[in-house]
Amino acid sequence: MAKEKLKVAFYWAASCGGCEIAVLDINEKILDVIQIADIVFWPVAVDVKYKDVENMPDKYIDVCFFNGGIRNSEQEHMAKLLRKKSKLLIAYGACAHLGGVPGLANVADKKEIFEKVYKTTFSTDNPSYATPKASLHVKEGEVDIPEFYDTVLPLDKVVDVDYYVPGCPPAVERTTFALDAIAKGELPTKGSVLAPVKSVCDECPRKKENKKIAKIYRTYEKAPEPERCLLEQGIICMGPATRGGCGGARCLKADMPCTGCGGPCPNAPEQGAAMISALASILGLEEEKEKYSDEDVEKLMSQVKDPIGTFYMYALAASILGRRVMKK
Amino acid sequence: MSDEKKFEPKIIGFLCNWCSYAAADLAGVSRIQYPPNIIIIRVMCSGRIDPSFILEAFKDGADGVLVAGCHLPSDCHYISGNFKALRRVTLLKKVLRDFGIEPERLRLEWLSASEGDRFAAIVRDMVEEIKKLGPNPLKAKEVEA
Repeated sequence: MAKEKLKVAFYWAASCGGCEIAVLDINEKILDVIQIADIVFWPVAVDVKYKDVENMPDKYIDVCFFNGGIRNSEQEHMAKLLRKKSKLLIAYGACAHLGGVPGLANVADKKEIFEKVYKTTFSTDNPSYATPKASLHVKEGEVDIPEFYDTVLPLDKVVDVDYYVPGCPPAVERTTFALDAIAKGELPTKGSVLAPVKSVCDECPRKKENKKIAKIYRTYEKAPEPERCLLEQGIICMGPATRGGCGGARCLKADMPCTGCGGPCPNAPEQGAAMISALASILGLEEEKEKYSDEDVEKLMSQVKDPIGTFYMYALAASILGRRVMKK
Repeated sequence: MSDEKKFEPKIIGFLCNWCSYAAADLAGVSRIQYPPNIIIIRVMCSGRIDPSFILEAFKDGADGVLVAGCHLPSDCHYISGNFKALRRVTLLKKVLRDFGIEPERLRLEWLSASEGDRFAAIVRDMVEEIKKLGPNPLKAKEVEA
């Protein structure tokens, strides 16, 4: 009782909400958390208004778990506000860490996204092409909604981030690891990703023999052999380019390839490039070397459908180029 | 119009130690004239070139990137580095297109140590091609902003 309880906040920005559930995935351990922590702000569970956060003194919150990337002005405002009010700001989950799946929207811009969503989708009936406007004058006065940005940004491109908890959503191990480290005050250097440095392959129980493939299968095209490495069977698995710590290659135990939610390994910070490199090394017909033409290679590589969606499913917004070049 | 005339592309060339860098060296020793637009980085093997090097070059404003290695199929000093480079560059071009960067800006060539003249010809040709394409779209955006 002597020690003062930690003040903890949770917030969500451009994310699906899965990370909020992931917090509860720690099951009965949540009771231990409550022993040492008070929740001072958590829009999904606790009724605390933005104004209450604004009224907190600076650095009032001990730890803020922030999930989701930044794609509109409200999220940017809250990121900056929570940074100011928190001692530790933790990017929780792939979206805050790398932009996540919403970051794939960086292959388009606001105009294209609005066209698709409010006009051209098959189920949309919007003849006047009404789209959200950041502010609108009506007879009662001015109505404001958050402004939608062209680009999704990971949290650390907007504010200073202390630690990252990777995963989509973070595995129970990652959440408890972070909570334990905070409770014991044994946190590593600022800016660390709170996960092991080794890749998913390193933790994967599947048998790896000889990596050499000539044909790529998409997951629905093949029932994989249960114990052999999926990449060796021609199914693109992001394991070699993805940081582990997800609970022993969880997806692979369920016969699904890794899609890369753990983010890049520390020694190859561009996840997509690392995977392009890895895949190009094993995809080929080495024994037919002499007959290798540019067209053959082109055909071989064309088997990769949707290269950006495959190699940059979570890390597009945090990649070197970050987004498709803006038109104009 | 005057802007277009002034545009001098900046090209980064990743050349392998054993063949293509020697080709560039030969072009130099033989005093073959070629445009000074290329900045050469010597690497041990074309298979050493990580796609992230190329992405980084474009991000930092390169208008073109040349990757050159030993001739296919069997000139590579490390046996298969050139094949790896071929496959990586082919795959990376697809990704570049999705990022809005013309894949023509990235060029892969095989050069033996005796092809100094061909190296010069490739650089000349590449400079012409990229002049037609214009500056790196990322850079163009920055100038505007």
